[in-house]
Amino acid sequence: MKRFLGFVIKEFYHIFRDFRTLLILFGIPAIQLLLFGYVITNEIKDARIAILDQSKDEVTRRISEKVLSSGYFILDRNLSSYKEIEQVFRQGNVKLVLIFGEDFSKNLDKTGNARVQIIGDASDPNTANILVNYIQGILSNYLVSLNAETVPMQIVPEVRMIYNGQMKGVYMFVPGLMAMLLMLISALMTSLSITREKELGTMELLLASPLKPFQIIIGKVFPYVFLAFIDACIIIILGNLVFGVPVVGSVGLLLLESFLFICMALSLGILISTITSSQQIAMMLSLVALMLPTILLSGFIFPVENMPLVLQWFCQIIPPKYFITIIKSIMLQGNGFRYIATETCIMAGFTLLFIFISVKKFKVRLD
Amino acid sequence: MRTVLFIIQKEFLQIFRNKGMLPIIFLVPIVQLLILVNAATFEMKNIKVSVVDLDLSSSSRKLVSKFEGSPFYKIVQTTFSYDQAMDYMQKNKVDVIIRIPNGFERDLVKENHAKVQFAINAINQAVAGLSSAYCSSILIDFNRELLQDWLSPSQLSEIKNIQTDYSYWYNPKLNYKTYMVPGILVLLVTIIGLLLSGMNIVREKEIGTIEQINVTPIRKIQFIAGKLAPFWIIALFELAFGLTIGKLVFDIPTVGSLWLIFLSGGVYLFVILSVGLLISTITNTQQQAMLVSFFFMVVFILMSGLFTSIESMPDWAQKIDRLNPLMYFIRIMRMVLLKGSAFADISRDLYSLGIFAVIMSSLAVRRYRKVA
Repeated sequence: MKRFLGFVIKEFYHIFRDFRTLLILFGIPAIQLLLFGYVITNEIKDARIAILDQSKDEVTRRISEKVLSSGYFILDRNLSSYKEIEQVFRQGNVKLVLIFGEDFSKNLDKTGNARVQIIGDASDPNTANILVNYIQGILSNYLVSLNAETVPMQIVPEVRMIYNGQMKGVYMFVPGLMAMLLMLISALMTSLSITREKELGTMELLLASPLKPFQIIIGKVFPYVFLAFIDACIIIILGNLVFGVPVVGSVGLLLLESFLFICMALSLGILISTITSSQQIAMMLSLVALMLPTILLSGFIFPVENMPLVLQWFCQIIPPKYFITIIKSIMLQGNGFRYIATETCIMAGFTLLFIFISVKKFKVRLD
Repeated sequence: MRTVLFIIQKEFLQIFRNKGMLPIIFLVPIVQLLILVNAATFEMKNIKVSVVDLDLSSSSRKLVSKFEGSPFYKIVQTTFSYDQAMDYMQKNKVDVIIRIPNGFERDLVKENHAKVQFAINAINQAVAGLSSAYCSSILIDFNRELLQDWLSPSQLSEIKNIQTDYSYWYNPKLNYKTYMVPGILVLLVTIIGLLLSGMNIVREKEIGTIEQINVTPIRKIQFIAGKLAPFWIIALFELAFGLTIGKLVFDIPTVGSLWLIFLSGGVYLFVILSVGLLISTITNTQQQAMLVSFFFMVVFILMSGLFTSIESMPDWAQKIDRLNPLMYFIRIMRMVLLKGSAFADISRDLYSLGIFAVIMSSLAVRRYRKVA
């Protein structure tokens, strides 16, 4: 045991002596959280639009005003002919063109039928879709207010946003960020630190020492458990203090689940290091095979339900997906263990599987 | 010049000799392209809905059938208890609860005014916003049909109406893949380029072979050039390969000039590889180099407009973003490939990349010290 402790202390020295790495390890969560909270948002506001107003009467002016004061749109320029549309789209700043037909208010009063045309730059389909929807919403609101006295039988929607009443984007990112960073520290850093010993030849020395192989491995990963755990706490605390992301459910349960995820990621890191021999390969493997799926296939940014069916099946074997579901469930929905038992079991299963394969693959001798 | 060629030859030999790296360089990005492009979609379908219809009138049933008919919604639960529906939402089995209160039809006829309640799971705020917009538009449609059923033609003609047509240019079917392929391609080329170059010199440092090079008469600039060229060729090759796959598999449009794409790509890769080599010269271990590159990469990627729109970022962030090479290249790729923008439209982005290239490569040469 004393030997083992000595070894763990050595590992801590290795990490703490490398000030730059340490700085990055604790800087990354803080900076990324700030980025997500303040900068990255998938809500759309201040989109630049161009208006082609062929009637220039009072009604079209009022509608334009309504559109521009909604907070979603900024007027980039007024167009005078259809030919200019192609040109402004190509320059790339204008996302949408709003066109009022001729004699707008006259048509509105007389025939009750005035024409508006909306053209979205769908080279970015998501933005185009959302913007067109916004404009249509504004137009129908305007119509409702116009017709308020004359039209009977109005159905009014009453929308309630559950779990995130203020519609903050950062709610969505905190769980994903935790998964990504814990994965980075636990899987990536561990696999690198073990392959490094192999590459430098010091692994041989360790294997020849009286320490048992599993003690070496445990000793190597132990400091990273510690670091990852601190990072998880930083994210939760910063998210709460700076952005007001709540922890509705039990904090203890949240930390326990994080610990389980860290163990899972570590066992994955060990697995990677047992099957690779150079840091470069270990890193590429972790980065390409772990990080990108963690970002893209876990429901972090893109909802899994929207993907093609085959890919949805594939997502089932991405461990962070379960972790993100669990955190959302505890932090935002305030669910107890009963609701996340399945996900927890699956993560535990993954952990055991990875450990089992690593033990099978682990070689005591170097070749 | 001959010296540089020898270094290039050495680097190529080292790359192709490494059997572990080869599939990672060439195969993995392609697999990633195929998978990620399919994954990265905001297209919404199958929003799971729970219906709590407490009115059970013919109007409310008609409204429910409107939701049934919509391609966006899938009714997974019909119940008379709001609590039960809430429990389903708690378990993530439904995303939207539609509650039609008792007396819906009566209110509508007698008081000309009725309410329908929507409860939407808003953890993902973007999805929630869109889903609420779809709900409202279905409701408006329904309202209009209802009026046509109940009102006389003379009453109907009094209603003012604005007819809206909308069209989506460049991508009329709103196919998300055409938008993602160019972006993800940039991402993959960047990752491979930055990591290969970022881990390169530091590896020689760690193993100790850098000293052997340092004692040769190779000049600093020759060394950096020799290190840069092979990765530049590989990364450009990957760009071409990826574009081919994008064309064959995803049928992405290539409206603009491919020469323009490769010209920009060449300049862009020069920037990225120089950044990589710079990282490599200022770090001491591969682990450090990896962490530093990862750190910058994540910030660059997140701010590049790949997944989220740049215009919605705060002003100061957009100013900082002018230092982000990824942002420029993704913009160029999308504009040229999807909209056929010409040189004049993208010249500012391209010049910015050129300036970066000069600054970064001279920094890399300066920071490389021939002493251990």
